Amino acid sequence: MDKHARPFDKGLEELQKKLVHMAAIAETMIDKAIGELVTRDEHVADKVPEYEDELNRSQIEVDELALVLLATQQPVARDLRFIVAATKINSDLERIGDLVVNITENVRILAQQPRLKPLIDIPRMADLARKMVRESVQAFLGEDPKLAQAVIMNDDEVDGLKQQILRELLTYMIADPRTVERALALILISRHLERIADHATNIAQDIIYMVQGRDVRHPKTAREKPPTEKPSTESQP
Amino acid sequence: MDVKIQSERLNLWYGKFQALRDVSIAIRPRRITAIIGPSGCGKSTLLRCFNRLNELIRGVRTSGQIRLDGKDIYRPGNDLTHLRKRVGMVFQRPNPFPLSVFDNVAYGLRVHAMRRGVDLEAAVERSLRATRLWDDLKDRLHGPALGLAAEEQQRLCISRLVAVEPEVLLMDEPCSALDPIATGHIEELMQVLAEQYTIIIVTHNMQQAARVSHETGFMLLGELVEFGPTTRLFQNPADKRTEDYVTGRYG
Repeated sequence: MDKHARPFDKGLEELQKKLVHMAAIAETMIDKAIGELVTRDEHVADKVPEYEDELNRSQIEVDELALVLLATQQPVARDLRFIVAATKINSDLERIGDLVVNITENVRILAQQPRLKPLIDIPRMADLARKMVRESVQAFLGEDPKLAQAVIMNDDEVDGLKQQILRELLTYMIADPRTVERALALILISRHLERIADHATNIAQDIIYMVQGRDVRHPKTAREKPPTEKPSTESQP
Repeated sequence: MDVKIQSERLNLWYGKFQALRDVSIAIRPRRITAIIGPSGCGKSTLLRCFNRLNELIRGVRTSGQIRLDGKDIYRPGNDLTHLRKRVGMVFQRPNPFPLSVFDNVAYGLRVHAMRRGVDLEAAVERSLRATRLWDDLKDRLHGPALGLAAEEQQRLCISRLVAVEPEVLLMDEPCSALDPIATGHIEELMQVLAEQYTIIIVTHNMQQAARVSHETGFMLLGELVEFGPTTRLFQNPADKRTEDYVTGRYG
């Protein structure tokens, strides 16, 4: 690596900083939303909409910066993969913000009614989802495919918790229809958390692509041989 | 795998200075292969080995082999003129002869005594059409080639090669002296020519290599560091030296 930071390197660094900041916001938002669920204190999640605005603004800034770097620097190889990954991670982080807002709406519904049951699994899911977001961004900063792989493996546990919550709440709903509204809110929260974990998994997959140039998405439908040839050129008229 | 022309463990010395180190490269037919690398890496030297043009320089010594269609081009008794007909070269600065457009294109045909049984005028027309010069120059065939614009001069040099029905076209930074629009035209022309000929292009313009070539070789200090499909080399190079070079961090 050369000693003097080129404007391009500064651009890449800024991209990285913005994404790390976005991830920190997303984590804080998850924290606040679940905090309000657990404490039933309706002010805990007051700032969530503000955070979401900040995330949305950052998303636009990241995409603009990425586009400028692509247009003016013609990056290739690692730099190109980094910028492409950054735009995808950007999108995933913004979606996580949207999902937390959705969670908050359901939390507010629950706060107005007596608690249905002690909360164990949902806080567990939230902790796991938050951990996955944090670690995927750590993997991004540290260019660490091993950590990214560990995040991807966590997704199964989150899915398992969601199923468990669903099964448990189904029994409540069947036993007593008056619980349906609250049970549904909880089920929706668990679904949003599961989606957050999916986005963290996407981020982790993008990091592996960024560092190793391997596309590890959709392993079940992966092509046998990746295309390496240019499409053949047509004859000029 | 089909190989048109290849080098095997090629070494070259200019006097005491070793310019090529154990270069083994296999060029596939009817493709565009780009050779990139910083100044002095040996890419033009390598190119000039393919038609033994280096022998015109005093004090050059080589070891290793170069095969065209599997046959060693350094075999004693090999006809150099015939080799240079089969493997033609285009240079950075267009070098039309100080003759008419027509005579430039017909020159090779006359040298190789190909005109026996060949309608010279038809051959010249065909060659000029191949480089999209015919329509512009058909009424100026006997005008001086040196009066043409740079891009046209370069196309003319390519026509001159094409006239003698080569198999391999060596291009040493063919667009360096041209503006971006002319460069774009020559690149389009290369894509068309690649349907018939094997093209090896040396370029210091990485975006050009990425745009036009099917395979790219990266050279550094006389060594062929990496060689592979262009899409892979520019997306995910295997060697760190290649990555440093293509991302602009070398030097």
